[in-house]
Amino acid sequence: MSDLRELYQEVILDHNKRPRNFGTLDQPSRTARGHNPLCGDRLTLQLAIEGDRIAQVAFEGSGCAISKASASLMTEAIKGHTVAEAEALFERFHTLVTTPPDAPVSTEGLGKLAVFAGVREYPARVKCASLAWHTMKNAVEAVPATARTEEE
Amino acid sequence: MTKLAEAAAAFDVAKLREDFPILAERVHGKPLVYLDNANTTQKPRQVLDALDHYYRHDNANIHRATHLLSERATAAYEGTRATVASFINAPDKREVVFTKGCTEGINLVAQTWGRNTLAPGDEVLVTWMEHHSNIVPWQLVCAATGATLKVCPITDRGELDLDAFDRLLTPRTKIVAMIHVSNALGTINPVAELTRKARAVGAVVLVDGAQAVPHLPVDVQAIGCDFYTFSGHKIYGPTGTGILYGKAARLEAMPPYQGGGDMISSVTFEKTDYNVLPYKFEAGTPNIAGIVGLGAAITYVAGIDREAARAHEDTLLQYLTAQVAAVPGTRLLGEAREKSSVLSFVMEGVHPHDVGTILDTEGIAVRTGQHCAQPIMDRYGVPATVRASIGLYNTRDDVDAFIRGLHKVREVFG
Repeated sequence: MSDLRELYQEVILDHNKRPRNFGTLDQPSRTARGHNPLCGDRLTLQLAIEGDRIAQVAFEGSGCAISKASASLMTEAIKGHTVAEAEALFERFHTLVTTPPDAPVSTEGLGKLAVFAGVREYPARVKCASLAWHTMKNAVEAVPATARTEEE
Repeated sequence: MTKLAEAAAAFDVAKLREDFPILAERVHGKPLVYLDNANTTQKPRQVLDALDHYYRHDNANIHRATHLLSERATAAYEGTRATVASFINAPDKREVVFTKGCTEGINLVAQTWGRNTLAPGDEVLVTWMEHHSNIVPWQLVCAATGATLKVCPITDRGELDLDAFDRLLTPRTKIVAMIHVSNALGTINPVAELTRKARAVGAVVLVDGAQAVPHLPVDVQAIGCDFYTFSGHKIYGPTGTGILYGKAARLEAMPPYQGGGDMISSVTFEKTDYNVLPYKFEAGTPNIAGIVGLGAAITYVAGIDREAARAHEDTLLQYLTAQVAAVPGTRLLGEAREKSSVLSFVMEGVHPHDVGTILDTEGIAVRTGQHCAQPIMDRYGVPATVRASIGLYNTRDDVDAFIRGLHKVREVFG
């Protein structure tokens, strides 16, 4: 059970059950979709960008606890921040979940997102954790394609 | 004791398990509980030995050399053809074409028979419970020929809507392509009856038997279909092997699928004559060792008491179904009256992938996802399911471990 609790931490279970910023925006300036065809996870992310700042963010879709909690925590982490800050956070998060489990990794600056360090032990689930983030990157860069993570 | 239970009791599963070395594996420190047989099956040592023996003693190319090893390799390869013909009761072993899997068999028919036959106004009839491998090849050939794809719906319990089938079947229907046993729901379709109906309107029939041959006796003459396809790896044989059965007259009339060596009788730059059946459809050096291994797998399956084996699997499926239904918050998908080996379900509030990960930590292998049958998922309004699927070697202990795993999922997710 202890191993499983590393993956399914309380924060993740909580955000899975009660995802924050879940829904749609009235006037989004960016909408991006993410799809993981291997597991069927789907996600639509909307951003309202004012100047260089992400003023509003919302997501909806269906997916596992890891992907849903990751999307929910991401929206909390980027809301009110600049696009550049969101992109820097993407890099830090991506490094966190893709660093091999036996290698040291820094959780500095990741706040609550550090709970996803446990995902490294479950290679099949890394793409679940990163789907929302790839979708966010596409949204801020206005990439029209659906984000996919099967190569993760 | 019911008749089924009596028949199942005649099946010595403990002895059979000794034939499968992988069942002794430990996964995350736990004994392996393998319930992912609809995805692929494990291999008995008879198959492993056949592969090993082939590479150690007989390895050579087939059909083209005068030396002894080539003769032995050819005899072993062609031996599988005779074994398969007898296993599915094909009248003639020339009607058994080796492929790399069930998917390739369907694509072969779509790209040769389909492209040569279909025209605008023609219809291809498939069912809502097809695997993607019996949808996409027909979409491709419909796009190329202007034919139209029609889909027979299913009922809530996961059976074909036979009234709708009758309505959709018309003289415009040129082929009915249907799955024998649904990989996502476990439904056994009445393929012999539907084949009779299809033939009455002049349609050709292809049956996808990937999920049927490992569990049911299959007699292609009794079904009456024109084509029957299946994979080797789902019937305890090697991956990269498959069978396309086709009626000789149909196969004769079809153009080749791929060009190359072995499929020709003479080649000049002006004109090429194709080889006779079945070699016309077997271009290039095939997966010889795999086909030899497939022969060993089918000999193995044919050598067990299949009636007892089926009773064993059916009894286990009933037990599994009852046990899963008793876990709070589970919803079963597919409750057909005639079912084989597959149980699909969802757990309230827990995504199937999370169920799969937690079961894996307990050493239990199941499939989670869409099972290459997205239309079925859409039909039931679920993004994915958990699928436990039974093979010859599964036991009540496996089911009990699985159920304990589901309770653990509930514990984690509350």
